[in-house]
Amino acid sequence: MKKKRLVLTFPPNLVDQPVTYRLVKDYNVMVNILRARITPREQGRLVVEVTAARKDLTAALSFLEDLGVGVQPLARDVRWHEERCIECTACTAICPTGALSARRPEMALSFNGDKCIACELCVPICPYSAMEIVS
Amino acid sequence: MKKTIEEINEKIARGQAVVFNAEEIIPLVRKKGLKKAAAEVDVVTTGTFAPMCSSGAYFNVGHTTPRMKLGGGAATLNGIPAYTGLAAVDLFLGATAIADDDPRNKIYPGAFRYGGAHVIEDLVAGKDVKLVAEGYGTDCYPRRRLETWIRLGDMNEAVLFNVRNAYQNYNVAVNLSDRVIHTYMGVLQPGMRNATYCSAGQLSPLLNDPLYRTIGMGSRIFLGGGIGYVVGSGTQHNPGVPRTERSVPRMGSGTLSVTGDLKQMSARWLRGASFTGYGVTLAVGIGVPIPIVDEETLYYAAVTDADIVAQVVDYSGAYPNGIAESLGEVTYAELKSGSITVNGKKVSTSGLSSYVRAKEIAETLKGWIRDGSFLLTQPVTTLPSMDSGVCFKALNERPVAVTALKSSRDVIETSRAGGTAP
Repeated sequence: MKKKRLVLTFPPNLVDQPVTYRLVKDYNVMVNILRARITPREQGRLVVEVTAARKDLTAALSFLEDLGVGVQPLARDVRWHEERCIECTACTAICPTGALSARRPEMALSFNGDKCIACELCVPICPYSAMEIVS
Repeated sequence: MKKTIEEINEKIARGQAVVFNAEEIIPLVRKKGLKKAAAEVDVVTTGTFAPMCSSGAYFNVGHTTPRMKLGGGAATLNGIPAYTGLAAVDLFLGATAIADDDPRNKIYPGAFRYGGAHVIEDLVAGKDVKLVAEGYGTDCYPRRRLETWIRLGDMNEAVLFNVRNAYQNYNVAVNLSDRVIHTYMGVLQPGMRNATYCSAGQLSPLLNDPLYRTIGMGSRIFLGGGIGYVVGSGTQHNPGVPRTERSVPRMGSGTLSVTGDLKQMSARWLRGASFTGYGVTLAVGIGVPIPIVDEETLYYAAVTDADIVAQVVDYSGAYPNGIAESLGEVTYAELKSGSITVNGKKVSTSGLSSYVRAKEIAETLKGWIRDGSFLLTQPVTTLPSMDSGVCFKALNERPVAVTALKSSRDVIETSRAGGTAP
C-alpha cells in the first residue's frame, strides 16, 4: 500500500461531479479528506490523504489528470521561510498536527512538511509572514 | 570578594575577561558554588528578542533647496505617517504607525501588513523609502511639497529611541470567551485552548538583575545588532509589584528606555511584525551585560526558568476591562514545556519572545566582550527600585462637564463653522 498527501484542484466545471466517489469505487483508493473548499462555479480545492495499492494509485492519478483535476503533492504547497522566522514558536500551539513544533529545551522551531495538512491556521498567526501557502 | 567595573573593564581590554551567558551561568554556579563562581566570572550576558510596541526612531533628513519646514506640516515614509511636531527637517516615526488608508480592523481581523516598524526594518536593511512631505510655507522656509527617495545613509541622524522595552516579566495570555480573539499576545483560542507568553525568562535582562543593581541610566548594551544605551527606566516602570523570595517580580514590572544609532544596526535584530487583528509592532533585539561585582549580583544572574513565575490573565475579560485578576501562577519552566495547567485544565503554550534569538544575542554580546571590543559602563544613576514609591497607575478620568464646554469660546466658534458641539 502506498500513501500520499495531495492537493487536488478542481476546475469550475468539475465541482458538481462525484470525483471522490469514483476514486473509492472504481480505483479502490482510501480517501481521507483533510481540507476542502468547494464553491459552485469556482475552482475547488481538496487536500486529501490517499492510500491504495501502487498500481491502483497510479491509475487513479491518471484518471484525475485526464479529468482536468490538478494534482500536486502537499509538501510543495506550504512553505516555511526560515530566513523570515524568528523562532518565537507562536505557531506551535495552533498547529493541529504537530507539523510545527518546538524542539525542547533549545526552543528551536521545526517544520515537518510530512505532517502538514495545509490547514493554513499558522498563516495569520505568524507576525513575520514566515508561513506561506503557495497556491 | 568585590570587583569594580573599572577592574572588569581592564580585564576586558586585556582580553582576559571571563564571560558567560545567563543560561550557561546556571550550571556553573550550581557546580562551583556562588562564592567561587563569583570570584571567577566577570560578566553575565543577557538577551531578549520580542515585539516591543513602544519603539520608534527619529531622523534628520537634511534640508531641501529651497528650504522647507516639515514641522507643523505632514510627512510620510512609504505612506506611513511620521510625527512632524519638531523642527524643520526632524521626524519621529513610531513602530505602530499605519497608513491613513490602512483598512485597520474594518474587515475584522485586519492584517496590518505594513507600518512604522516595517519602515524602520526597511531603512536598516539599506532599502530606499519614499518620503512625502507637505509644509505650509514661511518666508524662511518657502517650499511646500517634497517627494523623494531616501535611505538611511542619506540622513544626518537616524536614531532608534524606544520609550519602553525589555519588560521585566509579563502576563501569560488566555481567552475564556467563546470566540477567537486577536491580541498583542497573538491569536487566542476560545475556551482557553492556548496560552501565550512573552519573555526570555532566565535570559531576559531585567530578570537577571531584578533590583536594578547594575543596569541603569547610561548602561551600554546590544541594541538592534549594534551598540546602544539605556536612557533610564521606561514608561510604565513599576518596581513595587509583589516579588518572589529571590526578588523576582511575579508579574510585569520594570522597563527600560533605550536608544542607539540606527545606522550601525541590522535588520536581523529590528523586525517589523504584523499581529492579525491587532496592529504593527517592532521586534527589537536587546542584550544587557551584567558585571559580576559581587556574589549577590551573581546570585540574581543565576536565576532559572523554574524560579520565575508569571500570572495567567484572561484577555477576553479581565485585561480589556482593566481588572487585576490572575487565573493562576505558572513558571517559565512550565511555559516552555509546551503546556500549563490552569484551573485544572491542560493548556498548550507558545511564546512570542524568541528564546533561540535571545540566546544568540547573549552569545554575540559575550563575543564582543571577550574580544575586548565592548567595555562596560557604570550607570550615571540607578533605576527606581522597590522602595522608590514609583508606581504605574491607571488614568483617572475626570468627566468634562457639558455646561463648562458651552461657555467655551472654542465650542461656539466650532458650531458657527458648522461643526458638532455638545
